[in-house]
Amino acid sequence: MVDEHFDAIVIGAGPSGNAAAYTMAKEGLKVLQLERGEYPGSKNVQGAILYADALEKIIPDFREDAPLERHVIEQRMWTMDDKSFVGMQYRSEDFNEEKPNRYTIIRAQFDKWFSRKVREAGAIVLCETTVTELLRNAKGKVIGVRTDRNSERVMADVVVLAEGVNGLVGHRSGLRPELQPETVALAVKEMHFLPREVIESRFNLKGDEGVVIEAMGTITKGMTGTGFLYTNQESISVGIGCIVSDFAENGGITPYGLLEAFKNHPSIKPLLADSECKEYASHLIPEGGYNAMPELFGDGWIIVGDAGQFVNAVHREGSNLAMTTGRLAAETIVRLKRRREEFSKVNLAAYRARLDETFVMKDMKKYRKIPGYLHNNRHVFNLYPKLFTGAAQSWFRVDGKDKLTKEKEIFTSFRKNRSLIGLVGDAFKLARAWR
Amino acid sequence: MIQTEAATPGVKVEEKLFFNRYLVDAGRPHIKVLPHETPSKALLSLTYTCPAGCYALNDKGQVEITADGCMECGTCRVVTAKTGEVVWNYPRGGFGVLYKFG
Repeated sequence: MVDEHFDAIVIGAGPSGNAAAYTMAKEGLKVLQLERGEYPGSKNVQGAILYADALEKIIPDFREDAPLERHVIEQRMWTMDDKSFVGMQYRSEDFNEEKPNRYTIIRAQFDKWFSRKVREAGAIVLCETTVTELLRNAKGKVIGVRTDRNSERVMADVVVLAEGVNGLVGHRSGLRPELQPETVALAVKEMHFLPREVIESRFNLKGDEGVVIEAMGTITKGMTGTGFLYTNQESISVGIGCIVSDFAENGGITPYGLLEAFKNHPSIKPLLADSECKEYASHLIPEGGYNAMPELFGDGWIIVGDAGQFVNAVHREGSNLAMTTGRLAAETIVRLKRRREEFSKVNLAAYRARLDETFVMKDMKKYRKIPGYLHNNRHVFNLYPKLFTGAAQSWFRVDGKDKLTKEKEIFTSFRKNRSLIGLVGDAFKLARAWR
Repeated sequence: MIQTEAATPGVKVEEKLFFNRYLVDAGRPHIKVLPHETPSKALLSLTYTCPAGCYALNDKGQVEITADGCMECGTCRVVTAKTGEVVWNYPRGGFGVLYKFG
């Protein structure tokens, strides 16, 4: 290994690293992928939703053998207070299509499958190997990596940093600033097992149909965050996450306490009844958006996936951005290799140009003001959910009160709690951040 | 002012960690808390922000870590990045948490 020289080294075997390694190996490049876990997926955590479009562009026939759980036919969005929720849901028979658009997956299983594809494409995948630093030449160009296997050095023309949210190698090599507690979320999650018939009857499903629930409100105790519940074939993924600085400053709310309270919410508890928990996991999610993105490329290096903050926090998308950035970085590298051009910062800028053309950067830019909006407007997670659920209860409860009085009471509750100027201001700021 | 137990009564994180598989690198903890007299607010917050409950106060009011149940999320690293009170590395390749589902 020491004496070998590779066209490219990929650090990490998550969705972005696998997309990059697969794309390059398939085009004939000599690729080494390094993964610190015992097997690809052993360190990886996600809800998890797989977005077919991003994977189809890499492995068009992935449905033939990828371990998929359920295709999503119904999305529920819940705004919750302690006893109730106001929901919006969308279910369509159109999602029962030949090539479904979204699937629930179990990451440890999916990542193993993806990694097998990477090896079949010709890349060398070395697990149980942690990259400790990047190696540079006198001019500062990245020329390889050092690993914790006897401090071995491995050289390559270009290094793809697909190391995930913590971005330790990039940070320690001075390529990127440290993550900020204000722009990263901590999520915890449990896997709850139930017979598939129970899941199907509980969620009104047949066959491999699936439901996802995204929830916000008083479940995060005033912190910026969301909860989720996804149906797999024989299990339910349930989790909740909040911005790290909110946890740190909120005086003693534990992540597992928050998860327990969410699971015990009267609207969630019956969905999990009699299930058996088999795993508890936690992970960070980069939520800083466009403004928190580090430099994405330089002389001999390129960043993809969570390491580059590629998460659309509003739409809960990340794995598709990871796969797409991994693929675009790889295609950029393949093109330079074919033309025998250098992997210099100037040449790798083609990666950024490709990102700008696609939904990746367009969406990142569109929502660039949302993290700041949410950070400065906690009412979204505490006050408004209570006002909405209170209004709903007043509206639907038939108690002899006339409807005009009810309307006035609802309007007064909004005005009293958030004043007219506050309401208009919140709406205006949201509209401006959303554009 | 730590209110871990008051804020989340009856929730024992140890019972959750019991579901997980780990390969512990015995005698080589991948995270260390630097010796200190009085912990900063950031370090103190780890006693409730750590999702694996790895951090606890000792008799002297100092923060200690037992990293065996660590899920390698990086929360403690991010929270104390400015104070530098925690030395954080990934476990050696192959060691640490092994998710079956993730």
